[in-house]
Amino acid sequence: MDKLLDILCDIRDDVDFDTCDDLIDGKILTSFDIIQILAALDDEYDIAIPATEIIPENFNSAQAIYDLVQRLKG
Amino acid sequence: MINVTEMLYKTALRFPDNKAFKDPDKSISFKELYDIAKRTAFVFLEGSVCESLKQGSPVAFYMEKSVDAVCVMFGAVFAGGFYSFIDVRQPVKRALDVLDILRPSVIVTDSENTEAAHELISGYNGSAALINIEDLLNRAYNADYRDDIIKKAESGYYDLMPLYVNFTSGSTGKPKGVAVSHRSVIDFIEVFTKTFGIDENDILANQAPFDFDVSVKDIYSALYTGAQVLLIPRDYFSNPSVLMDYLTDNKVTSLTWAVSALCFVSIMNGLEYKAPLTVKRVMFSGEVMPVKQLNKWKRYLPDATYVNLYGPTEITCNCSYHILDREYERDGDIPAGIPFENEKVFLLDENDTEVTGSGKEGEICVSGTCVALGYYRDEERTAAVFTQNPLNKCYAERIYRTGDIGKYDENGLLLYVSRKDFQIKHMGQRIELGEIEASVASIDGVSRACCIYEEKKKRIVLFYTGDADKDEVRDGLAKRLPQFMMPGKTIHLEEFPLNKNGKIDRNVLIDTI
Repeated sequence: MDKLLDILCDIRDDVDFDTCDDLIDGKILTSFDIIQILAALDDEYDIAIPATEIIPENFNSAQAIYDLVQRLKG
Repeated sequence: MINVTEMLYKTALRFPDNKAFKDPDKSISFKELYDIAKRTAFVFLEGSVCESLKQGSPVAFYMEKSVDAVCVMFGAVFAGGFYSFIDVRQPVKRALDVLDILRPSVIVTDSENTEAAHELISGYNGSAALINIEDLLNRAYNADYRDDIIKKAESGYYDLMPLYVNFTSGSTGKPKGVAVSHRSVIDFIEVFTKTFGIDENDILANQAPFDFDVSVKDIYSALYTGAQVLLIPRDYFSNPSVLMDYLTDNKVTSLTWAVSALCFVSIMNGLEYKAPLTVKRVMFSGEVMPVKQLNKWKRYLPDATYVNLYGPTEITCNCSYHILDREYERDGDIPAGIPFENEKVFLLDENDTEVTGSGKEGEICVSGTCVALGYYRDEERTAAVFTQNPLNKCYAERIYRTGDIGKYDENGLLLYVSRKDFQIKHMGQRIELGEIEASVASIDGVSRACCIYEEKKKRIVLFYTGDADKDEVRDGLAKRLPQFMMPGKTIHLEEFPLNKNGKIDRNVLIDTI
């Protein structure tokens, strides 16, 4: 989880990923940020995230992204 | 033709029942659009909801695009006015800068943005009527319409009236409003639709918001040919499966999109999920197309025609194009191509001598009907880049100096090389790094600021000196800049490295990242 937080903070250092739980619904992340996150997850964990998983619920918080990564890795 | 409403009139006669515009909530035919736009013009002119709209004056929109917005846009145009969309995602402070330039007497908004619009108006030092779009359209439907009022407005039309003003980043910290005339759009759209064979059977998937001139190609191609425009809501670009379902369900045939939007789809694996197989044309502009993403599109849509379009807003959408006819290896290799019919594109070196032949670089300059009216209410910045052609000593020939550096390849095709200043393209948006720097410098506790664009990570890196901490800088910036202009990384320095001329040494800064 710490590694994921580092990755996220490197993409947007103005967002508090520790506590924020409406990253998408609150329009905090743009589609461009999501692209950056997808690319970083691919680099770091070697996972390609299918389009059907790119929905607000999976990206609203660092925890949700973490869960998604765990699920796809497994 | 002297006014785009003539396009609408002719197309409404030819294809009255064809769907003209569609969004997820509703659709409208050309006949219906023509009727309601005229009725809306009547409401703008009769003076009951706002001061009667004066010829050549603005109607501002503070809302996202929609079918309703299209109806009211053409209402404004029928009334002899022009429209301008204000990005609702930018902070109030910047939107006020836009209002101060535009000084509209009418601002149209929708229920979703009413509250923010009220906040905006309360800070505006002019006077503007705020109108809810649903109320306005209801009033238009029920109005005691009189054709003579519209006829009177029409008698004052001339083709150099502005049609729209689009705002873009300005290096001094204030946005610039690019004003484009009916004549430029009428001229360009006729050529554009002919060049690519757009006709009444096309369904154009509109990606661009209406404050971007990429949308002009969708809107007026439809108006001119009878094609349909499918409006795609902004949110769909964060939700690829919803987007791809929407495109495939609606059987879209043509995409004229920002490069960044095409990349969203391919990087988010949208094509893998569902490729829009009815698409026969993929046209892109705004940035250099990454070959890797282009190739993904080609893999899923091998039979589509791919076109690179080049040109800034100031010359009405695009001035050159290249239909892709081979494979490319490096990102910068796709040519900007050849000029559109009735446009002159040429290169000038720093001594204002024309650059010809392959390999030599010069500033890309454009001449012709396409050249915009200039920056709205801004003589000084207009005069700096809209100038007399220095090669022409015989008669008045207005050109636009793009600030883009280009060169010709061995086949005579134009290639984009770089910028000659600190303008960047980020997330499909044109940004002057100077605007960010000016905003940072206006924050208490900041003494100096410099921004660098980190190409590899595609992010803006801000360096600053002064006592303010990073949170103060970020909070201050969030009140002044739209999200897409916010630095992705902020670095505090004790002092800036200077070069031998005493200027901030950007190369040293780049090396520290």
